[in-house]
Amino acid sequence: MTTSPMTQARAPGAAREGDEAWRRRGAILLFVGPFFALFLAVIVAPLAYAVYLSLFAEKSSGLGFGGAETVFVGLGNYLDTLKDEAFTDGFLVILGYCVLYIPLMIGGALALALLLDSGLARFGKVFQAALFMPHIVPGVIAGLIWLYLYLPGISPIVDLLGDADFLGGRGALGAVVNIALWEWLGYNMIIYFAALQAIPAEVVEAARTDGAGGARIAWSVKIPMIRGAVVTTVLFTIIGSLQLFTEPTVLDNSSDGIVSTWTPNMYAYNEAFGNNDIGQAGAASIILALLAAVLSYAVTRWGNRR
Amino acid sequence: MRWMSRTAVNALLAVSALYTLLPLTWLLFASTKSLSDLYATPGFAFGEFNLFANVEAVAREGGGVFFRWYLNSLLYAGVGAAVSSLITVACGYAFDKYQWLGKEKLFGAVLLGVLVPTTATAVPLYLLASKIGVVNTFWSVFVPTLVHPFGVYLARVLSAGYVPREVLEAARSDGAGEIRTFASVAMPMLLPAYVTIFLFQFTAIWNNFFLPLVMLNDQNLYPLSLGLFAWEKQGHAFPEFHSLVITGSLLSVVPLLVVFLLLQRFWKAGMTAGSVK
Repeated sequence: MTTSPMTQARAPGAAREGDEAWRRRGAILLFVGPFFALFLAVIVAPLAYAVYLSLFAEKSSGLGFGGAETVFVGLGNYLDTLKDEAFTDGFLVILGYCVLYIPLMIGGALALALLLDSGLARFGKVFQAALFMPHIVPGVIAGLIWLYLYLPGISPIVDLLGDADFLGGRGALGAVVNIALWEWLGYNMIIYFAALQAIPAEVVEAARTDGAGGARIAWSVKIPMIRGAVVTTVLFTIIGSLQLFTEPTVLDNSSDGIVSTWTPNMYAYNEAFGNNDIGQAGAASIILALLAAVLSYAVTRWGNRR
Repeated sequence: MRWMSRTAVNALLAVSALYTLLPLTWLLFASTKSLSDLYATPGFAFGEFNLFANVEAVAREGGGVFFRWYLNSLLYAGVGAAVSSLITVACGYAFDKYQWLGKEKLFGAVLLGVLVPTTATAVPLYLLASKIGVVNTFWSVFVPTLVHPFGVYLARVLSAGYVPREVLEAARSDGAGEIRTFASVAMPMLLPAYVTIFLFQFTAIWNNFFLPLVMLNDQNLYPLSLGLFAWEKQGHAFPEFHSLVITGSLLSVVPLLVVFLLLQRFWKAGMTAGSVK
């Protein structure tokens, strides 16, 4: 048998490579295994189970004294949920919330970022930290602080303004918007500021030598150049708004402007815990998850196209 | 002209800073007051100095349950974020540095996970947890927060930037195994990524309200936010709970602000990595 030195040398090498590949496979499993085990357990399984539950409903049998039985209703729960005015009203609330909140948030954050970037601001770092600080405060605590700032008798603001009613029917939306604004203004400002800082200095210089003033440069040069960051934050804000839950839930106890099904998430919570309607709670959660996922997907696609 | 616009810019910034800081300042004033001073004195003025009595009342209420909540929050957020960030960084690192069949498909699943908001899974998680009988346990709140799909995405990107392949090859040719290479060569380089993801997760878990609200009945398992929320509900019948909520809120916010000021650098890195390309 004639074996060339080449093949002789390869044989043990191949064995070692195979061994190594196997060892690598073990390492890969160790690195990605825990994440995917948890991923299945806390994202995939609950959603799948909610889909399953949403296909059934409790129907009381006979005269209603014989206890309830669970029957398959197909998409019935989805139709019931979509037909339920309490659920659809929640989306109207979100719509009103977005109409009020987004211009204030984006306009405010953009204005602040441009002021910081104008080169005229002193103590820029201090202002950045001060404006960002509310974002560190957990949503529940922010809600509680503002609840007291809305509460007649305790609030210095109500004292100052006479009989302002922040928690009544019409004031509630503004009250929730204000809390969100307080929490997120500094956050979005930092994002815009970072984007503004990335604009090449020559571009701004060129505009300046062309005789453009600070305001003109901000409007015609800087804002168009960070349009991507602005659109992204708007879309993320809409996705966040869709999930609104914490702040209105904190105000709920003290405000007659906020009902227990005020937002879609509050509706899902109320179906599960207030009405004990598991099928409907599942359906509402799935509708919401789908909507948020589709919106987020649109954002990602848009981001990649850019 | 330039002097005027400089004044205008700084004045506008100062007014905005008042908007963000005054509510926190009010909290500071309010927590030094007795319940009657809370109603009787102006919001931004001191009454009788009652801070220590208030802190004592917070500490005494419900047999010291407030500190229990504090400890719970630290466990949920601190241990949760530490474990979750390790799982996340290891996973992102593997996605970046190894090849295997169906890798990009699997990564697609991770990205799908990013799309599903955590609030939309809270009620489904509760339904599943009650089916298998684990509601109202520590684990029912702790385990779901360990998954952080966006962190995996971020870790993959950061691993590509921070860990050069040549260094890993060098470690391997020195005879180090894959796990050893990750732990002692890659991980130190990924430390900034780990800290960034840790901060992300820590704030997300610390802020989490929906999940503990649906999962927990037992006061002893509450995190701070849920505990303070429960106290506030009592305030309608028993006004002295207003004082407890105000002082409790202050005690829960101060450490966060201190940590934030110390770790600002990482915070910003994570935010801008996620939002600005």
